[in-house]
Amino acid sequence: MPITTTKSAYLSGIRDGSPFLLVIAPFSMLFGILATEAGLSVFETLAFSVVVIAGAAQFTALQLMQDDVPTLIVLTSSLAVNLRMAMYSASLTPFIGSAPLWQRAIAAYFLVDQSFACSYARYEAEPQMTIEARMAYFAGVVTPVCPLWYLFTFIGAAIGAQIPESFALDFALPITFLALVTPMLRTPAHVVAAGVSIVVSLFAAALPYSLGLLVAGIAGMMAGAQTERWLEVKKVGEA
Amino acid sequence: MIEDQNLWIVIIGLGIGSYLLRFTFLGIVGDRPMPEWFLRHLRYTAVAIIPALITPIIAFSGDNGWPEPARLTASIVTVAVGWVTKNVLIAIAAGLATLYTLLYLLG
Repeated sequence: MPITTTKSAYLSGIRDGSPFLLVIAPFSMLFGILATEAGLSVFETLAFSVVVIAGAAQFTALQLMQDDVPTLIVLTSSLAVNLRMAMYSASLTPFIGSAPLWQRAIAAYFLVDQSFACSYARYEAEPQMTIEARMAYFAGVVTPVCPLWYLFTFIGAAIGAQIPESFALDFALPITFLALVTPMLRTPAHVVAAGVSIVVSLFAAALPYSLGLLVAGIAGMMAGAQTERWLEVKKVGEA
Repeated sequence: MIEDQNLWIVIIGLGIGSYLLRFTFLGIVGDRPMPEWFLRHLRYTAVAIIPALITPIIAFSGDNGWPEPARLTASIVTVAVGWVTKNVLIAIAAGLATLYTLLYLLG
């Protein structure tokens, strides 16, 4: 049904954002549990989720801090995991770039996987939406998603504070990462990027200051980008 | 164990950095076109950084720089289930179930 008013745009956003509850709740709860297991207080854990509001980057930072990696490398690597946010920002700009600056500044904070995915799909499907309706729809998607991210981080942290340290949760983080990254391997280029990164990380593991992580990450990115180019050239050649 | 001072540097630094990543294009760059090679590399950041982060943890999880059997098996199960189902939560559940079952069995 096409969106006609600002209010119906907002409600439609809430409807589209609501199913993500099933993903957001367990995922943020897991962050809460693992962060408190790593020694963070309930307040620190909640502050982490409110300030950063980006799951994969939060898990990355948590793992690296536990491994006593230098702070600069922790920040660089976690931000690298978050670079996709820049891509989201760039993709939404043609649709909501004309909104007032204060609205764009607030929307930027709430730009997460779910709000991007819903909004981008809806803006493309309904090009006649007004800028007010677009911003209202975005706010609607965020309404069920982001508060639950905070709430379930808090619930997870409260639970985590009760779990004894001996519960061997050390490997829950690597498993979470494997589960996160596997569905991302959508194209041959993504598989090559991950494969090169795996091989290089084994050889580069001995580098000081955990620089092996960045070396392997950059090698993987370049391999993925190069593979994508080769595949495009091949496709054009065949056509 | 994580030190308090470094923790807050990471939380605040990561918060500011993530915000800037989200705001830069929307607020500053606008709809000016970006170089294609740059966007092309951006697409592969997550699939390149995350494996680099976890591979050494899995590979050196046991004694003498070898993988520990329960953790290695749990990793393989997680990837296999994630690949087939494309579902993050089911993959996590399968991986954790495998890990704890094997840890219990191998004592």
